Amino acid sequence: MSFSLRRVGALCLRYLYLLASSWPRLLELVYWPVLNLLTWGFLQTYAMGATNSTLFVGGALVSGLLLWEVLFRGQIGFSVSFLEEVWSRNLGNLLMSPLRPVEFVAALMAMSLARLAVGMIPATILAIAFFGFDLARLGIGFAAFFALLVVTGWAVGLVVCGLILRHGLGAESLAWTIMFVFWPLCCVYYPLSVLPAWMKPIALALPPTHVFEGMRAVLSEGVLRLDHLAAAAALNVLWIVAAAFAFAALLDKAREAGSLLSSGE
Amino acid sequence: MTPPAAIAVKDLVKDYGPVRAVDGLSFAVAPGSTTALLGGNGAGKSTTIGMIMGLVLPTAGTVTVLGTDMVRRRHDVLHRMNFESPYVDMPHRLTVRQNLKVFGMLYGVEDLAGRIATLAADLDLSALLDRPSGKLSAGQKTRVALAKALLNEPEVMLLDEPTASLDPDTADWIRGHLERYRDRRGAAILLASHNMGEVERLCDRVIMLKQGRIEDDAPPAELVRRYGRSSLEEVFLDVARGRREAVS
Repeated sequence: MSFSLRRVGALCLRYLYLLASSWPRLLELVYWPVLNLLTWGFLQTYAMGATNSTLFVGGALVSGLLLWEVLFRGQIGFSVSFLEEVWSRNLGNLLMSPLRPVEFVAALMAMSLARLAVGMIPATILAIAFFGFDLARLGIGFAAFFALLVVTGWAVGLVVCGLILRHGLGAESLAWTIMFVFWPLCCVYYPLSVLPAWMKPIALALPPTHVFEGMRAVLSEGVLRLDHLAAAAALNVLWIVAAAFAFAALLDKAREAGSLLSSGE
Repeated sequence: MTPPAAIAVKDLVKDYGPVRAVDGLSFAVAPGSTTALLGGNGAGKSTTIGMIMGLVLPTAGTVTVLGTDMVRRRHDVLHRMNFESPYVDMPHRLTVRQNLKVFGMLYGVEDLAGRIATLAADLDLSALLDRPSGKLSAGQKTRVALAKALLNEPEVMLLDEPTASLDPDTADWIRGHLERYRDRRGAAILLASHNMGEVERLCDRVIMLKQGRIEDDAPPAELVRRYGRSSLEEVFLDVARGRREAVS
């Protein structure tokens, strides 16, 4: 049996039924992005009156925040859909069904996009309306930045799901915290030049660093830096391939350890 | 000529670190038959079923279902088998109908609406179809799980405590349903149960496990006779407690 879109659709339908039946889940998708935007947006408004720092050129702070939310929520959306199966003790049913791991992952990716859309569209509208977020200025670059950050989020989410398969809910907290490792390193709110020399190679190995550098180039110079886009895309290919191997290896380890039979703590 | 086995297990071993959970099991389950795996806690039943499903990798030995190697090619055959266990649930917030629709799509069931209606009628679920699965009683959940297990009309069914939490009347009705399904479909059923009455009623054969090994393997009536006991429950206690050997 080969890849089946019907099975991917079945799993997406399962998550859509869940979201439609639970308003707190829907509210949470919007809640954090909007809350973060309001906090950082007002900070930007206040600080712009006091300084002329390049930090705020073209709404860079708010643009950085929105793109950070894309990276963070992309990973969370992927991982939480998977966690829903563990929480509801449904993983055994799925793993014993004809659903292939690659179809499971495809459904998690689709749901990550759906959850991002629900969460980010209201936040983006608010950012444009009240905090000087200039979507037109970012132009086509915004779509590229969005896509590159989502793929990085999926790569990280894939490893998190593999660790949960192998180690159970003991690894759940990684789903909520792992992206914060990226926060200081990938230069969301400040340029790469701020980092100490020893940290720069680490930052440059992260696809989001190139995205955020590219974003600042568009906002401050009006130039879409293709070198940054190419670097982020190439690194993303490496990351997603490495994550797929890690997921497959962790799934095999889980089968070896028998942990798929009891996917709890 | 003997038909090929629906489930074939050969020299199966599973080690969890230094602990040997399954120790050289070999058995086959024929199409159209029902076999019980019996044993106390830690006897190796769940691990054996896990290996048959392909969820646990054997340390040594082979498992084939409908002629397919479950270690390497399980996805070639999973649409022809199904399982039910009280240790897994279906999503609580989804209604019974939504759950059956999702699993029907996963199993590639044709005319899914018709199949759900038939199963709902057979298992007395029609009035429950639009209720959230999490709001059902334990017995109702068991019937829904059984409906899920029958959605794709499987040729091989793995059942773990199939009538757990059911009242005696409903449990008896479910057993009758399983018997008729097996006979009509020619399906092979492997079940783990601690309900000896259920095993005696449903099973052609009982495999008694102890410490990962087959302690005995015979039809229920034969085991009762062999151990000189009056019920399978007494045989089970003898084997579990190592009280006595078979008398012949």
